[in-house]
Amino acid sequence: MLKFIVRRVLILIPLLVMVSIVAFVIIQLPPGNYVDNLIQNLELQGGSVNAAQKAALERQYGLNQPVLVQYFIWIGKIVLHGDFGNSFKYGRPVADLLGERIPRTIAISLAAMVVTWIVAIPIGILSALKRYTVWDYFFTFLSFLGLSIPAFLLALVLLFAVFTSTGYMTTGLFSPQYQDAPWSIAKFLDLMHNVWLPLVVLSVTGSAGLIRVLRASLLDELKKQYVTTARAKGLPEWKVILEYPIRIAINPIISTIGWMLPALVGGELVVSKVLNLPTVGPMMLDAVISQDMYLAGGFVLILCSLTIIGTLISDILLAWADPRIRLE
Amino acid sequence: MANTLTTPTSGASEGYVNRRSKEMLDRFRGTRGKRQKMAEHLLEASQYQLMLVKFRKHLLANISFWVLLVMYIMATFADFFAPYGVVTRFSDLVYATPATIHIMDEQGNFHLPFIYDRVSKLNETTYTYSFVEDTSQRFSIQFFVHGEPYQLLGFIPMDIHLFGTAAKGPVFLMGADNLGRDVFSRIVFGARVSLFIGLGGVMISFFLGILLGGISGFFGGTVDLLIQRLIEFIISVPQIPLWMGLSAAIPINWNGIQKFLAITLILSLVGWTGLARVVRGKIISLREEDYVTAARISSASDMAIIFRHLLPGFTSYLIVSITISIPGMILGETTLSFLGLGITAPNVSWGALLQQAQDVTVLGHYPWLLYPCAAIILAVVLFNFLGDGLRDAADPYSR
Repeated sequence: MLKFIVRRVLILIPLLVMVSIVAFVIIQLPPGNYVDNLIQNLELQGGSVNAAQKAALERQYGLNQPVLVQYFIWIGKIVLHGDFGNSFKYGRPVADLLGERIPRTIAISLAAMVVTWIVAIPIGILSALKRYTVWDYFFTFLSFLGLSIPAFLLALVLLFAVFTSTGYMTTGLFSPQYQDAPWSIAKFLDLMHNVWLPLVVLSVTGSAGLIRVLRASLLDELKKQYVTTARAKGLPEWKVILEYPIRIAINPIISTIGWMLPALVGGELVVSKVLNLPTVGPMMLDAVISQDMYLAGGFVLILCSLTIIGTLISDILLAWADPRIRLE
Repeated sequence: MANTLTTPTSGASEGYVNRRSKEMLDRFRGTRGKRQKMAEHLLEASQYQLMLVKFRKHLLANISFWVLLVMYIMATFADFFAPYGVVTRFSDLVYATPATIHIMDEQGNFHLPFIYDRVSKLNETTYTYSFVEDTSQRFSIQFFVHGEPYQLLGFIPMDIHLFGTAAKGPVFLMGADNLGRDVFSRIVFGARVSLFIGLGGVMISFFLGILLGGISGFFGGTVDLLIQRLIEFIISVPQIPLWMGLSAAIPINWNGIQKFLAITLILSLVGWTGLARVVRGKIISLREEDYVTAARISSASDMAIIFRHLLPGFTSYLIVSITISIPGMILGETTLSFLGLGITAPNVSWGALLQQAQDVTVLGHYPWLLYPCAAIILAVVLFNFLGDGLRDAADPYSR
């Protein structure tokens, strides 16, 4: 087991390096560099910068160096000092903005994952046990539909439906009066009042996929001989199902974290824009549109790294739950 | 070619082919003569003919195929199918409601389908303007009417539209937007970008997927390891932030076609991995076959073996996985354009049209702005059904 973990962690390192290269390329892609933007900002405010000052600025930010050196300066600052550079749109260090927004996105994504499980596991089991009944067809149809609707559309339509039927706008995370209030039961209830919509929207796509996976794997298990043996020995039916096949069929729940997590994080970005949540989505979109590239690159770096680490954790969990994988 | 799969080489596979033909024959309804002909046909049918026979049995997939074909034809000849141009404005009819089509007038006389003229009226109690039908003016809906001139396919000058009314009373099937533009016409025009980006993106992914997947599966070893790591990396990273970051590099002053190509490229750079995995798996399972060894002994080049001998063996699987990946591309474009990172005004796509619907208060008053949603969901669901049908047809062991 220890060997397995060590091997997975070693694979993680090149992946993280690759993420950082991608993020750096994204920062470099748009025409113009940080100093150009800075100067443009200054000129908009009526200031002027001569060539010598510009060269000095470029030296200060290391922009006169070859691209490879610039990459090492950038990543070195991040790894050693946690310094992601400055966002010139907000005039604050990128690290502060990241620290503000990323935990909320992570929290919502993880909560959506739990909701996905709560919804998908019973439905998947039901679909498999009651195969080819009305319920099975109904949920199969629903999951087909769920896979076809993009998250932002669902968010838009649900928001519209809630708004027209109750007149209540479920945008943001808190009502204005609780925005800066300390935590209390009332604030928590207010959060629940707002947060259910993004959670529902985000869990739909994942649930649709998970239901299909779970149904297929449980159907495979139910055919196996140990199930017949258990029945022949006179175990009650609920015990036959719950004790053996489900324990194996439930493995995909852990292994699907690997593809659910990227989808959830990405979906959260879009949904939070529609629902105006104070998470990564709206800020990153702003950063991309105004080409505030250090901020955008920082988001890409952190989100991708966290997703990869999440996948690693799910791999280890899977190996812990299913010894067959460890041996491979 | 495909015959390598079905030409009987041993007793077992001959029995298999016969059994397949019989199974299909059992489901074929027709006169005895027809059945006889069908039986002969199926016996010597190639893999693709068998696929076609099976596919025709899948009703839902068939319907999806034809509806999609109609949608693509409408998108290609959008100028003809849309009653109005993409930026044609009717300034008197800002946010006009979808037209009600009548066949009976006030006096109870029947006519061909027509609409009433609409005038903006102030509601005395709520003090808001709304459109009321003016029953004194009737405009009948005609087919093949002369309307705005346009260039069909960019070079044939025409002014005939599929349907429309006399110039003064525009027929807004799905209402009008904030500038008095016909939502239906804009959806038809938006289909050009949204539907063809699926095809374009898939073509690039197809190229990348076959090339990298083929190399990875055929050569194995270090190259395989590197490409596999690359694929794992792309899969484990969330796509949307990557798309967002990459699309920041698209210059604002690019025109519609350049943006279209850039978005296609961005979507397919992330989307080729699934196909590459399919290709790799299939090549690994086929490369040890005798006929491949034979080709290698007759000193065929590596590329010739991959493209002439291995690829044709699983083209049907490729077609399936391509069909399945098109909806993802369509959704990707829609999402990017919706966020304002893809196609922008004056060009239209379904996602760009939905930008107007971002504001819930606007939506509350003018819910018909959500119509592009219906187009997106329809296209994606149809592609999913089509892919499902193709998968069943391509799988020789399916029921």
